[in-house]
Amino acid sequence: MSALILIELNGSEVSANSRAAITAATQLSDTIDALVLTNDASNGSSVSALAGINTVKMIVDDSLENANVEVASKLIADVMSGYGYLISGSSTFSKNILPRVGALLDVQPISDVCEIKSNNTFVRPLYAGNVMATVETSDEIIVMTVRATAFEHSGDGGSASVETISSSMPGSNSEFISLQESESERPELTTAERIVSGGRGLGSKENFTLIEQLADKLDAAIGASRAAVDAGFISNDYQVGQTGKVVAPKLYLAVGISGAIQHLAGMKDSQVIVVINNDPDAPMSRMADLVWQVDLFDALNELNAYQV
Amino acid sequence: MKIIIPVKRVLDPYTQARVNKQTQQVDLSNAKMAMNPFCEIAVEEALTLKESGSASETIAVSIGTDKTVDTLRTALAMGVDRAIFIKTDSELDLQPLHVAKILANIINREEAELVIMGKQAVDNDNNQTGQMLSGLIDYSLGTFISKFDLSSDASSVEVSREIDSGIETRKLNLPAIVTVDLRLNEPRYASLPNIMKARSKPLETIELSSLGIDTAPRIKVVSVEESGTKDRASKQISSAEELFTELNQMGVL
Repeated sequence: MSALILIELNGSEVSANSRAAITAATQLSDTIDALVLTNDASNGSSVSALAGINTVKMIVDDSLENANVEVASKLIADVMSGYGYLISGSSTFSKNILPRVGALLDVQPISDVCEIKSNNTFVRPLYAGNVMATVETSDEIIVMTVRATAFEHSGDGGSASVETISSSMPGSNSEFISLQESESERPELTTAERIVSGGRGLGSKENFTLIEQLADKLDAAIGASRAAVDAGFISNDYQVGQTGKVVAPKLYLAVGISGAIQHLAGMKDSQVIVVINNDPDAPMSRMADLVWQVDLFDALNELNAYQV
Repeated sequence: MKIIIPVKRVLDPYTQARVNKQTQQVDLSNAKMAMNPFCEIAVEEALTLKESGSASETIAVSIGTDKTVDTLRTALAMGVDRAIFIKTDSELDLQPLHVAKILANIINREEAELVIMGKQAVDNDNNQTGQMLSGLIDYSLGTFISKFDLSSDASSVEVSREIDSGIETRKLNLPAIVTVDLRLNEPRYASLPNIMKARSKPLETIELSSLGIDTAPRIKVVSVEESGTKDRASKQISSAEELFTELNQMGVL
């Protein structure tokens, strides 16, 4: 059965989670095509350079720059004939669109696949990752999202042919108004090798800059607990956890985070976990490889002043 | 404008899920249950709209065995006008596609123009039902919303969506479905008088079997295992120098 990857683009770049989806697809199918919905035909080139892709299918229309989910899901459902799999990397992009495609195809999608056991059997997390379920689907078309932290990110080196599909744009009852993007020169949170993450203990937006300084020193991305985001220290796209982003860096340095299970769910697979906190009983400390029990401001000032 | 709020009864989110190795299921037999926290946020938003005079009626819907009525009573006690209970005989393994089909049936029957629901349930973490429902009944869709502004003529809603790259704002013409994220509002607690009052609010029971919906499972759970956070050795350190030395030795810098 052929697999179709729904590609997520960041500008003209293929996202890391789409690369993970390709790796997952290679475990399921010998023929992998990529689908790109875009307003810019030149975006096909970065996709055709991906290793392992047979054909890049492009649907190009001005309205697809910030596509309405109603439109995108219809377009995708319409190109599924002949495919046994529709796969995308887990993200708000795919989680918005793929279940709607599933409903249009009358199939039950599978979210956040972490492991592929066979061509219809997959492992996925329940209860914020505290339970892993092995599930077997009987659907003829398998629609799924895969965790970018659970599969290698496939590289470049391919030269897939590019085919433009001329689709008439379906009607839609919603419209895009604006996108307020967080701009950062730092590494992207979900693919960073190192993350410095701050919690409620920081106390204010101003104090959160101490986290930013340390992140810059370590060439790390910034993360945050839900409490820090709720308190307005930093914007929502930095939240790590069950309902935020799932990360598995080499180093996760948690400062002033007590460790609600919803937060631990998003970072427990990190290779090395360092906890800086003055509360020895915080759940976060039990997960740590290294614990520095100290006033977090003393620690941050010492770390930021330290000559590496 | 009628608002439907689907709500789900789940394991209390602050309780650790335990697997029954014999049944290969999460053991809920004596577990503390609660309304899914995202559903509480959905209820709160619907109540705010009702209180501002924008909504004519708020209706909570839930699906399950008799115990599910507790969750509907909670919604009624928070302030929802009436409830619809879709009764199942046993603990059916209903999947989001089934739930979406059941909700589609109720929404069509009630001619509701707005559905407000949680973006995910914290048990199965699928994050699918609202999206699937919008596909089935062709309502416009706004997922993961943290802001909701109804237009003055109540013909559309402007929503802010929490997405991976930031905040996206969209306009949805009604009828619409929105799935709510954590920061939309702070749900209220039901007061004791309201809990008492909820007992006499209308709660309609519909047998699932009477709806004629195919609930054959598409996905079979083969096995489950606990994979909670594992405690680590937790070496104590006491200075920046010590930290950097350790991290260098571990090769993570």
